Order: sequence, then structure tokens, then C-alpha cells
Amino acid sequence: MKSNLILLRYGELALKGKNKSEFEDRLVQNIRQKLSGFPGVAVSKAHGRIFVELNDQEMDPIIRELSEVFGLVGFSPAIRIRSELGEIQKAALELVEQSSGIRTFKVISKRADKKFPIGSQELNHRVGGYILSRCPKVKVDVHHPDLSVHVEVRGTYSYVYGNDIPGPGGLPVGSSGRVMLLLSGGIDSPVAGYMALKRGVELQAIHFHSYPFTSERAKQKVIDLAQILTRFGGRIRLYVVPFTEIQTEINKHCYESYSITVMRRMMFRISEELAKRNQALALVTGESLGQVASQTLESMNAINEVVRIPVLRPLIGMDKHEIMTVAKKIGTYETSILPYEDCCTVFLPKAPKTKPDREVAAKQEARLELERLIQEAVEGTEVIDLEPGQKEDEFSYF
Amino acid sequence: MIYLDNSATTPMHPEVIDVMTDVMKKIFGNPSSLHGLGAKAERLVEQARQVTARMLGCTPQEIFFTSGGTEANNLAIKGTLDRIHGRGKHIITTKVEHPSVYEVYEQLKKRGWRVTYLSVDSLGRVNPDEVEKAVDDETVLVSVMHVNNEVGTIQPIGEIGKRLAKYPKVLFHVDAVQSFAKLPLLPARAHIDLLSISAHKIHGPKGIGALYVRKNLSLEPLLVGGGQEKGLRSGTEYVPGIAGLAKAIVLAEQKRTEFLRNSQRWKKAFLERLDGKLSPMIVNGDISPEGCAPYILSLSFPGIKSEVLVHALEEEGIYVSSKSACSSKAEIPSRVLKAMGRTDEEAIGSIRISMGFQTTAEEMERCADVLLRVIPRLQKVMKVHKG
Repeated sequence: MKSNLILLRYGELALKGKNKSEFEDRLVQNIRQKLSGFPGVAVSKAHGRIFVELNDQEMDPIIRELSEVFGLVGFSPAIRIRSELGEIQKAALELVEQSSGIRTFKVISKRADKKFPIGSQELNHRVGGYILSRCPKVKVDVHHPDLSVHVEVRGTYSYVYGNDIPGPGGLPVGSSGRVMLLLSGGIDSPVAGYMALKRGVELQAIHFHSYPFTSERAKQKVIDLAQILTRFGGRIRLYVVPFTEIQTEINKHCYESYSITVMRRMMFRISEELAKRNQALALVTGESLGQVASQTLESMNAINEVVRIPVLRPLIGMDKHEIMTVAKKIGTYETSILPYEDCCTVFLPKAPKTKPDREVAAKQEARLELERLIQEAVEGTEVIDLEPGQKEDEFSYF
Repeated sequence: MIYLDNSATTPMHPEVIDVMTDVMKKIFGNPSSLHGLGAKAERLVEQARQVTARMLGCTPQEIFFTSGGTEANNLAIKGTLDRIHGRGKHIITTKVEHPSVYEVYEQLKKRGWRVTYLSVDSLGRVNPDEVEKAVDDETVLVSVMHVNNEVGTIQPIGEIGKRLAKYPKVLFHVDAVQSFAKLPLLPARAHIDLLSISAHKIHGPKGIGALYVRKNLSLEPLLVGGGQEKGLRSGTEYVPGIAGLAKAIVLAEQKRTEFLRNSQRWKKAFLERLDGKLSPMIVNGDISPEGCAPYILSLSFPGIKSEVLVHALEEEGIYVSSKSACSSKAEIPSRVLKAMGRTDEEAIGSIRISMGFQTTAEEMERCADVLLRVIPRLQKVMKVHKG
């Protein structure tokens, strides 16, 4: 008897009423979208659970897809059988036999259908006894079992399943409004995007492109990174902002030591404008405190003061090492470390101000035609829509 | 012409030739060049890498293009051992490996490595128990081929991988050249660390292959230079060849189910046609549907040299092989057949019939009919005692 469905759990405890059903509907919708490439797979919601019916599809690839759906707390491959004691016992025994390396187990029965003639306690004993008599190697341990055999009796059908596979947690993407991620080609910003997605936001991304100072490869790399994020975030719209003129102007008119501060201020202003035009409620950056010159508190003050929109910094509590671990886990690391110049490195001053002064920054900036530069950058923005799933291949050879 | 030497090499599929020609004409940039032409060639290489990775169920980062199966095998083995520096001194392989693995082990033996060559049973199969028994504290690498190139026997790779997974210090290398894109084998699922493939066995071009290197595993390169393939294999990428490999994989994906079903059926019919009529005749290797690659068939006719058989069939327009193509010019009995317990005479008198995607039922029937006609004649000439 093979598992024929997956039982999904989600974090519903904190939610009530209308929120809860919205949350659930969004989650089911996201799961359906995620599994749309598997013909025959059906997703349904019942009794505060979500079921994925495999209909002969392989389990592993589906679990892998589900592990990228935020809002899911755990999965259990389950067997559905008719609500008859004999069938329940057989399924439970098989579950124990298929779980390699376990020494102890416990049966946890739940009888949602009180018409079923055997009570939960009694069912625990009958199923447990059946397993013990046929599988002499395992013992019962009610406190710390290696395997918990769950039995749920619901109407015509019952479900038998084992230990929980932990899910990614978080909130369903799309349940918390829209944000704009400042996406460079580095390791940090894709992770920041991932962390924001985990809190249920809908993600759009902004990239500043300074051709010919940064290459087409650098832009492609950012597109690839955004593409990877669609695995977690669904559809992602990427704005590629032409930044060459602004960078040359800064280089021409401002102190070299303030060029990074002024550049970041320009990026924030443009991002805020793009956010406003596209109904996004916050910016997200990959900044973490005190790593590099532009990430000291003084620097953040000098940069942040030019916008009123909230700026979320999901990596603030993380070490570089932790960030890299997440980047590797979500698959952005390999792309992030490709060695192309980005706009933050190409004009890197020899001695950037680590504690820039806000007033000096403002004075420096006053030498630029701010409004025109920002206006032109926003107007010249290229929009690239990235869809989840296999990205469209450039070459039609294969 | 009836070409039944597809385990030596396959005729290139016309669509593969078309793709390669087009790439040669239009995408000639060096993938390392910074400009747009270079970037375009690089993107083509990366798209081909994705196609290859998809076939192996791995990530594109785990695929490294090489000049073919031989280089992939050399890189897997030497690249691993060169990184080990004194940590362990023992390596394991089988007596039936392809020369591009076997000879590397021979070379390493001369350099001071302790080598265990595992025996095989009469069907050419290594026993997973024996593999595990051979592992000791100093073992660092085990190489076992997936499908034997001479007889088609499938090795229990999944089981061996499961056993070796218990020894995290031991890396598992699989030469999958004869099975790639035909029989399913996913390296991650079989606990394989290194897996070699080649294009020209699946109707792709010669001169291109790849090595799967499990994530987080680092090898010492054989070729150093411009740092291509993340430094593991320097040398300007053979862009048309890489495109040809990817195209061949896509075509194989479409054809393989039917190919396996047909070749299984035709092989069975072939043997039934010959059954009992050509004695002494020995079928080498496993011929059960689950134990062998259905597209390879090895027969021994004791008393008749394989070279004579190959030429006799060639006269009838049928092209088959004596042993594997790489060793077939030497007048020595097949090492593989000897390892399976065949006598010198049996091992010298063997031919290999191997099917490709272009093979038809009629071709196999005709080959059987020709054997029925030619073999008794040769047996008479060579005064072979009828069994």
C-alpha cells in the first residue's frame, strides 16, 4: 500500500474569522499554482486540512515543490483507506515496516466520526497491538517514539500517516501586500527577498543597470536571481532602471568619498517613486548592520532620510554566514557569486565615508539636477515579467 | 548497410547535425569573451547544461563538460585522488570496467595506490556484498560502471550506492556512458558522487561528454588554463559539440521508451530465431529484461575468431563489433569475458551486436538470418566440433 495523498498542515492558530479563510484560500491557490505542472494532482481543503491527491504522480518531486510554498508548516505522506478496523491496522503496520531504522512507536488515533464503533483509546490499543504482534522488533514508547502513527477516522474514509516533514512556515505569498526589493547581483538581496516573501508579501524587484559600466551579463544574472525567487514568490515583476547617467553625474560632481551615499540616496528616491506608481507599500533591501561602509547606522540615516516609505531590512539580525547558508538553501548562491561588476562596485571609491554626514550628502547632491535625473530614470525603466516554472529558453535548438 | 555497432558509436541524428551546423555558423563567439557574441555563446552553453542536468535530475552546477567519456572518467578518478593527499591509499573497481576506467586504475596502481579489482559472476555482475566487504579504513574511491559495454549487463548501482552511503569518506564513481539517456539512472537517488557520460553513444557528436560532480564536492583539474567550467576543465568550450549533446539528449528523451521496448522484443526474437541452431554458441551476459541493457547482445562462437566473424558479416553488409571497439584491434581474449569465466577460445570468438535508435526489426531479422547462414559454414571450415 503506497501513500496516495499528502496531508498538509498550516499555521492557522493565530488567525480567526475572515482572515483565516482568506489565508486558506490564498494558500490553496498558491499550492495549485505550484503543482500545475503535475497532471492529475488534485488539491482540496477539508476539516482544517489541505490534501494533495497524487493520482499516480511521484511523491518526492511534489514534496519538493511544496517545501517552497510559504504558509505550510508541515506535510505527511498519508494513506487513505476505508474506515474499517482491518484496513486501518494493515495500513498502520505497513507504515511501521516501511519506516527504516525505527525502534519505538506510538499510535495516536482521532475519531472525528463518532459513528465509528471503536473509541480513540480503544483504537490505539487495537492498532498498536496489531503492529506489536506482527513486528517484534519495535516497541511502544508513548513519550518519545521514533515514529508516531497517526490514525484519523473521518466518515467513509480514514487516514494513516507518520511523522511530520517540516514545511517552510511563514505566510502565504500575496496575503500581506506588495513590496519592492532592491535587487543587486550580490548574495544578500535575493535572501532579503526570500525572507520578505516568507512573511507573505507579493514581490516586485528593482535593479539599477549602468551599461556599459556594468555588462549585459550582470543584468542577466539579476534576471536569473529574480527567476529563482519566483519558485517561492510566484510571478515577479522586475524593473531595470537605467542608471548610467546618474552614476556619471555623481562621479563628475560629488566628493568621491560621498559617491556611495549619494548613489544610494538616488536609488531610494527612484525606488520610492516606482513603489508609488505600482502600489507597493514598502522597500526591501539586503542591508545588514555594520557590514560595509554603506551599512553603518550613520550611513543608513543619511540614505534613509530621503524617503518616507518604510524600508524593510529582513537581514538585520543575520550574520554573513547565516545569509550564505540561506542563499545556498534557496539556490541563489551559485548565481550570486558569478563575478560580474555591479553598479555598487564599479565606481567604488578608494576611501568611502563610513560615517557620512547627512548635511554634507545633501549639499553634494544639490549639484545634481535631481528631479530631471530621477524622472528620466523612472521613465526609462524596462519592465521584465518573470513567471514561475521553466524559464523561457532563448535558443529553440533543444 | 545494417549498422549494429551502436555501442561503439552511433550515426549522428540529422537534427543534431542541423543544430551543430547552425551553431557553427551563427554562434561562434568564445563564451569567455565579455562582449555580446561571447555572452550569447555562454548562454547557449548554459542552456545546454540545463538540458543535460534535467536528464540526470541534478542541478546545472553539477554538470561539467569534457571531451568525452574517457576524459570524464579520468577526471573523476584522478581529480578525486589528487585532492586526497595521503588521506587513504585504497581504491576499488571491477574487473569488467571500460579501459578508460580500468587503465586509470592500472596507472594508479603503478603510482602506489592499493587497488582492489572486484570479480564478477558468470553474467558479468558484481555483488554489492563484495563491494562493501572490500571497503576498509583507507578506501577513498569506488568505480563501477552502470552498463557493461561488451555484454550489456546492468550493475546493481542503486544497491551499491546504498551500501557505500554508509561510508562518507568513500566516493562513488559510475561510468554511465553505455546507459546515459537510455536507461534511467539518477545520481542523487543512487548516492552517486561522480558520473560520466558521452554524446556519441546517443547519436550525438564525438568529442563531447560530461562529468556529473555532486554538489559540494571538489576535484583537482586535469587541465588547467583559462579556468573554464569553474576551473575544473580549462579550454575553450566546444560550443557546437555541447549544443549537439543537448540536442541528442532531447531526442533520446523522446525516443527511449519505444527504443527500449522494441530492442527488448527484437533481442528476444533474435535469440529465438537462433535457438539451438548454431551450437556451439554462448550468449554472454545477462539477458533477462531487468538485468541487461536490451540494446546490447554478446554472442560467442568458440573456434571462430571474432575478427573473422566481423569480416564475414561485413561482406553481407552488416556491421557488428568484436568486443569493445577500443580493444578490438588487439589479438587478446576479452578481459571482460575472461572475468566472467569464459575460456580463451570462447572469449576470442565473441561478437557484439548493439542497436541504436535507427535500428529496425527487419535489420535484426536479417542479421539473424545471415548468422544462420554464415556461422555453420565457418564452423565447418574451422572444423568446430558441433555441440
